[in-house]
Amino acid sequence: MIDPGSAVKKGSAKPEAAVAPPAKIFFALVAGLIFGFLLQKGGAAKFNILIGQLLLQDWTVAKIMLSAIVVGMLGIYPLHRAAKVNLHLKPTRPFANIVGGLVFGAGFALIGYCPGTAAAALGQGNWDALFGMTGLVVGSYIYAEMSGWLKGGAQKWGDLGKITLPDAIKVPRLPFAIGFALFLAGCLFALEKFTVR
Amino acid sequence: MRRLFVYLLVLTPSLAMAAEPRVNALNFPGPAWSPYLVGAGIGVLSWLTFYFADKAIGASSFYATVAGALGRLFARRHTDSLDYYKENPPKVGWETVLVLATIAGAFIAAVTGGEFTGRWLPPFWVARFGPDSLALHGVVGFLGGILMAFGARFAGGCTSGHGISGALQLNVGSWISVVCFFIGGIAVAIPLYLL
Repeated sequence: MIDPGSAVKKGSAKPEAAVAPPAKIFFALVAGLIFGFLLQKGGAAKFNILIGQLLLQDWTVAKIMLSAIVVGMLGIYPLHRAAKVNLHLKPTRPFANIVGGLVFGAGFALIGYCPGTAAAALGQGNWDALFGMTGLVVGSYIYAEMSGWLKGGAQKWGDLGKITLPDAIKVPRLPFAIGFALFLAGCLFALEKFTVR
Repeated sequence: MRRLFVYLLVLTPSLAMAAEPRVNALNFPGPAWSPYLVGAGIGVLSWLTFYFADKAIGASSFYATVAGALGRLFARRHTDSLDYYKENPPKVGWETVLVLATIAGAFIAAVTGGEFTGRWLPPFWVARFGPDSLALHGVVGFLGGILMAFGARFAGGCTSGHGISGALQLNVGSWISVVCFFIGGIAVAIPLYLL
């Protein structure tokens, strides 16, 4: 199997960012403007839509996320195969992913916004996002205080490194991505059919 | 950590008892645009950030950068000595600009769409906890933010970094994380709002 991933990683063909650092900052500005614009238009800056998802009443957030994943996947994997983009994988650490994920979720239910949508909520004039954002800053520092201790221990438990689902079950990446995108599209059809919003 | 969990365990039911009856999110304003269109737009945006900037969309490390910058203001040597900031020096970079621009982008969308709110209490919260619950909302939101930041840093990302960028790359850890985000969120939100 041709793995463009390793070709990209090992070869001199490693694509540099198409935009130089100062331009990269400019691109972050443009991307952020679009991201915030879309989040607000999608209702992801609204407290009732975000909490409504956690109450399984309003499925807008799941629809946005799954659509983004399907469309994103169908672009990133072909581009990666053509060695046009690098993947940006994060290490898979089941213990940290599960425990961190559950704690994150509990916090999500309490503040009603997540880190990105809190920014969008603030932009929409939902000033209460500032409470959560202040907590996010404080919590980040608390984590940093504990980072030396966590990093050497609990965070690494069961570390599997940077793996993707197709790597884990040893099938080629691009066909898997296409099949998985189809599966998620099926989930979206089901959501559309069986949810009010 | 354990103390935080205990607070949470005590806090959640006691809040629920103080509350008004069950609320329904569908009685409140929905999205301006189709969620499928918005999601597809974010998907295309991720192609562009990968291709042009060699970066994935993420938001949570913005808060860590702000925390580090503030920490350096008050305790420079201590902040610089922390493991996390040794690996991730708090500098203005991709994610900082991205998140600040997200605020501006949402502002533009809200103003042009006539959805700018300018308020401290979401009507949905008021329906559950009453109009005089600003202090409660503030404290709960602040504590939630602390938990959320800790969880994001421990898990390695948030709803953007794991939930969208990681998931669309089929990253195993991201799928585990995003499923746990929602399990944790549902487990706390349902007693808080529906019981």
